Amino acid sequence: MQNSFLARNPSTLIFLAALALFTIVVTLLSEGLGMGFVSTSFVKTLGKTLCLGLVAISMDLVWGYAGILSLGHFAFFGLGGYMIGMWLMYERTRDVVVSSLADAPIPASAQELNDAIATQIFGVVGSAEFPLIWAFSDSLVLQLALVVLVPGLLALAFGWLAFRSRVAGVYLSILTQAMTLALSLYLFQNDSGLRGNNGLSGLQNLPGLTDVPQALVSLWFLWGSALALGLGYVLAAWVVSGKFGSVLRGIRDDEARVRFLGYSVESYKLVLFTGTACMAGIAGALYYPQAGIINPAEIAPIASIYLAVWVAIGGRGRIYGAVIGAVFVSLLSSWFTGGRAPNIDLGFYTIQWVDWWLVVLGLSFVLVTLFAPKGIGGLFDLISSRIMPDRHGADLGPDDGALREREARE
Amino acid sequence: MIRLFLTGLFVLLNCSLAVAQSTSVQTPMQAVLQEQSELIVKSSRKSIAPAIDAITESGLPQAQDVLQAWQGKDMWLRKADGLFFRAEKLDSKTYKLFDFDSGERVGEAPKSELKQLKPNSGVRALIGVALVQFQLNDPDPERRRAALVSIERNPSESLLAPLRASITTESDEGLKEMKLRAERLLTISFGADEAARIEAIEYISGDLGVDARATLNRLLASKTDVFTDAPPDNVNVARRLEVGDAISSAEAYQLLVDRQLVPPLVSQNDIRLTLAQHVTDGKVGGVSVAALTEAVQREKAYGALVAEGLAEPAPTEAEVNAALSQHIFAELYDEPSAAVTQAAEKAMQSTSVHVGLNQAADLALDGISLASIYFLAAIGLAITFGVMGVINMAHGEFIMMGAYTGYVVQQVVPNHTISIIVAIPLAFAVTFAAGVAMERLVIRWLYNRPLETLLATFGVSIALQQLAKNIFGTQARPLTAPAWLDGAWVLNDVVSISYIRIAIFVLALGFLAIFLFIMKRTRLGLETRAVTQNPGMAASMGINPNRVNMLTFGLGSGIAGVAGVAIGLFAKVTSELGSDYIVQSFMTVVVGGVGNIWGTLFGAAMIGFMQKGIEWLNPSNTLAAQTFMIIFIIIFIQFRPRGIIALKGRAAGD
Amino acid sequence: MNTLLEVSGVSVSFDGFRAINNLSFRIASAEMRAIIGPNGAGKTTFMDIVTGKTKPDEGRILWGEKSVSLLGLSEARIAREGVGRKFQKPTVFEDQTVQENLLMALKNKRGPFSVLLYRAKNDDLARVEAFAEEIGLADALMRKSGELSHGQKQWLEIGMLLAQEPRLLLVDEPAAGMTPAEREHTTNILVEAAKTRAVVVVEHDMEFVRRLDCKVTVLHEGSVLAEGSLDHVTANKDVVDVYLGR
Repeated sequence: MQNSFLARNPSTLIFLAALALFTIVVTLLSEGLGMGFVSTSFVKTLGKTLCLGLVAISMDLVWGYAGILSLGHFAFFGLGGYMIGMWLMYERTRDVVVSSLADAPIPASAQELNDAIATQIFGVVGSAEFPLIWAFSDSLVLQLALVVLVPGLLALAFGWLAFRSRVAGVYLSILTQAMTLALSLYLFQNDSGLRGNNGLSGLQNLPGLTDVPQALVSLWFLWGSALALGLGYVLAAWVVSGKFGSVLRGIRDDEARVRFLGYSVESYKLVLFTGTACMAGIAGALYYPQAGIINPAEIAPIASIYLAVWVAIGGRGRIYGAVIGAVFVSLLSSWFTGGRAPNIDLGFYTIQWVDWWLVVLGLSFVLVTLFAPKGIGGLFDLISSRIMPDRHGADLGPDDGALREREARE
Repeated sequence: MIRLFLTGLFVLLNCSLAVAQSTSVQTPMQAVLQEQSELIVKSSRKSIAPAIDAITESGLPQAQDVLQAWQGKDMWLRKADGLFFRAEKLDSKTYKLFDFDSGERVGEAPKSELKQLKPNSGVRALIGVALVQFQLNDPDPERRRAALVSIERNPSESLLAPLRASITTESDEGLKEMKLRAERLLTISFGADEAARIEAIEYISGDLGVDARATLNRLLASKTDVFTDAPPDNVNVARRLEVGDAISSAEAYQLLVDRQLVPPLVSQNDIRLTLAQHVTDGKVGGVSVAALTEAVQREKAYGALVAEGLAEPAPTEAEVNAALSQHIFAELYDEPSAAVTQAAEKAMQSTSVHVGLNQAADLALDGISLASIYFLAAIGLAITFGVMGVINMAHGEFIMMGAYTGYVVQQVVPNHTISIIVAIPLAFAVTFAAGVAMERLVIRWLYNRPLETLLATFGVSIALQQLAKNIFGTQARPLTAPAWLDGAWVLNDVVSISYIRIAIFVLALGFLAIFLFIMKRTRLGLETRAVTQNPGMAASMGINPNRVNMLTFGLGSGIAGVAGVAIGLFAKVTSELGSDYIVQSFMTVVVGGVGNIWGTLFGAAMIGFMQKGIEWLNPSNTLAAQTFMIIFIIIFIQFRPRGIIALKGRAAGD
Repeated sequence: MNTLLEVSGVSVSFDGFRAINNLSFRIASAEMRAIIGPNGAGKTTFMDIVTGKTKPDEGRILWGEKSVSLLGLSEARIAREGVGRKFQKPTVFEDQTVQENLLMALKNKRGPFSVLLYRAKNDDLARVEAFAEEIGLADALMRKSGELSHGQKQWLEIGMLLAQEPRLLLVDEPAAGMTPAEREHTTNILVEAAKTRAVVVVEHDMEFVRRLDCKVTVLHEGSVLAEGSLDHVTANKDVVDVYLGR
């Protein structure tokens, strides 16, 4: 126990090394700074995937460690994206408007400039005024703060209401799903102030840096995403390695018992829920500038469900499992749905993966839940137990039943 | 002048020709038509009125036939002599001609010798109005009814007299009633006698009919006007408008501008354009262009331009206020009689109260029907989730499967009534089988692990949805209700409910009864409750929990399938049909209280009424209604975490 | 003798069934008490009420020198006040090691942020080891508690209870499933604990109760039927009736 944190968590070191290696290799092969084997759009895909890894870590903390199956974390992710998107879109539109007004015989007043930007941004939803929520959109610092604050406050308010009334288990899942649905329906409205179903677009252009080629920008974001993922990983590993992690796992396995030990389960859940929401917000803020566009469909409940799918397939309750699941499944998904996977001709019917991938994913998800509840991460147990045969005792074994019984009572 | 002369000559010639032709003596109606020949042929909405009046006022019994033929584009002109006939097509080239006066067939003519009179819709409408007075006394009651409908649509002063005249001779009681009502409405609008109008207004006070409300609204039509002093006595003032309160100062000033009482405001944009026109050497009116980003500098520059006479002076705010304070703004009724408008306002108020009450009733009906839809969608869940405790996220997809089953059946069985009758049990069978298969293959391995059940069924849901997309495509498929379910049960002009919603309500009640019967009166229900409460004990008493779970789950899924058929009848059948309902369905069960069918009923009622209520408050935005609904539910759960009907004590399994 | 816990006039009913009926009970700050009673007498419900899991319909529960009311406090708050509970069925965190279980129970700050920043110090680890020694699990510190035998889990839970350093221990059938030697050990631990704090033991096994050698409270149908030494209550005619059937 006295050993340093990293020594006790060799997986963290391995993960960080792999992440660094990955980033270096991609950089060397990229179009921006390297040999050009990896296209810019694929660099973006990889960068986005790293962000998905980060949000998967936040999901794993709430679900894998604390047993709260939140179907709202992708909503927090999207909110983070919206917050940074507001600044990007405002500044970018401002640049465009300023340059177009520069030729006018009379220089534009601040009010006229503001009106022109508002018309440019909100004309598509039939408005020409900035809604109140755009009040800080001209300040990068404030919008960056909102990336954390908005998801955090929403999670805090929702979590306070939900945990206080002891909503747990599947009820909480359904409630978080309802929250996500409410949020996405709200954003779908034209008068939500965030451009309705048009969403925010043109986010790939960094204001003031229009001369920098996208090939380079994509690398910056890749590095940023890798850094965020690395930091997020270390933070998550550090949190769960200590007593906090113990309490979380205790909450997952037997909430009532933790309460009788004197821990206020509700506060722990609230802290975790809020903290991971902030983390998801940061991941979203890195993701959407690479995606270039965000709209309410991104926040729809199904997205949060996919997040759960990734974590489950990767293996919940271990942080690297969540990252592996997110990376593996999302890359595989984009490979299949991108039309790059070869179709299978059965003679009477041709299986086109664009159509059939979701069927396969859905069914394989069922299979993973049934037969491999530890997910891909479980494979590492097989390897590590072979390397280290002196592991104490066997798997949970016959007492597994006791664990089930407890869940049944909840 | 020459043209007139020529036309006159032509008419004369025609007459003489007609006289010369001994085949037809100039008959009364033909004479009238000939007199108006020019107008009839010209057929312009603006000038046709005298011609129609001449025909109507001729007092001839044939007038109605002429007008009908004319309106129906059956009146033709024989080019040779300019006489008018009713013509019927014999074959593609030849037409049979009928004389208007005798009604007899007078011969045939090739199409090339005839000219068809094709009155445009404006003219036809005028003819229609003229026809009404004939139709009001038509021996056929249906014609008379049609005439009344026409009056209702196009009320006009000229109809009042014939309508009044026709009331005494009306034999049909129902029609007499309608005529009296139409007469009152016309009197309100066009009557000459003020007392009679007020009496009529008081009579229809509180009437819900759209026509009555439209009549009152027309009577109360008003426009804003402006006066320098108090409004004169000869105008009927509805109310005075205080600037900044009932009328915005911008609107008020614009009114003054329109009356050319004051100079127009100069907008910021105009100032900018004017300034841009007068830029010389980087300066406007002594101000450098670069400084013009500020409003003060712009005003200064513009002021300089005005001083030079290069720009229109812009009224200052003080001037605007002074102009506004010098004028009095008022809303004036178009109707001059104050007594009439007062009576109308009073009647309108009473009508509004009535309309409000009936709208509330209508809203309640809407709420009930939405509640029954939610109840239908949720009742299957009440079994699988409420009774068995199994979270089935693919429940929505079972609803979708039911709807698609209905669609497929309709492709095979074209008769809609029969196809629905076939589809309901078939949908039950299909989803029952799907439910049993899912229970056997997936769920039974996950009993007691609710979160994993939730996830696995999500997987099934994703796969089923995509499968449906692959099979049926992404476009919506129709599931058509039988014709006898078309239309609506109309109580009055405000309250109505479509039969299909009534059918769904009845279906929901039926399912409630079936559910209660199965759970309380059958062996399966008893065994289900036993297995749910204590599977070990139930098994040791000879109940096979596997079988019971399988059947119960199948039952819940089967009901979802039937709900799918019902929902498909009014919603488009798409692969997303299920996911549209799944969250609300779970909410219904959770809000109502898990494990209690009455709770589900209350939950559905609450959510249905609440959603309709919110939609009523903000009708333009159903998305917002759903958002607020969900927020409300989240808050509701704060106060009743176990739902409306909560199980208490140890049974709740804290 | 100063009173640590005073329960007076408490009643609670579930769907009309009165599980606890006007129950009054008090215990001193250093006292051992055994509660016996037939099934359904309200023993577990009584513990639920004291620990805050069940809210009573009426009555009051006063705690400590300052007579703080425990009503309305959350379970966690009551636990922090110094009420420790051991469940009938051993409930330990099976997915975690014995050391982690004990560390979690160890008396320390319980707030989420202090726990987040908490890293085990040497003296904490030493205390954990001492507790492990006492419950015979010193060799198993790094084992997952799910791998332990039923008896060992019982011990671990007793160890966690002690590590909490509560002022009142509520122990539900501690000796169930133990060998005679283990029972002996359990008795010793509880008797030792009762010297400095209040211990309430719910037990069916009269032999075990006799060995505790303490005041006994007999519950029946939700209220106190008799109170006194074991010999005194076993001589009571009502108690005999209740236990041997009417």
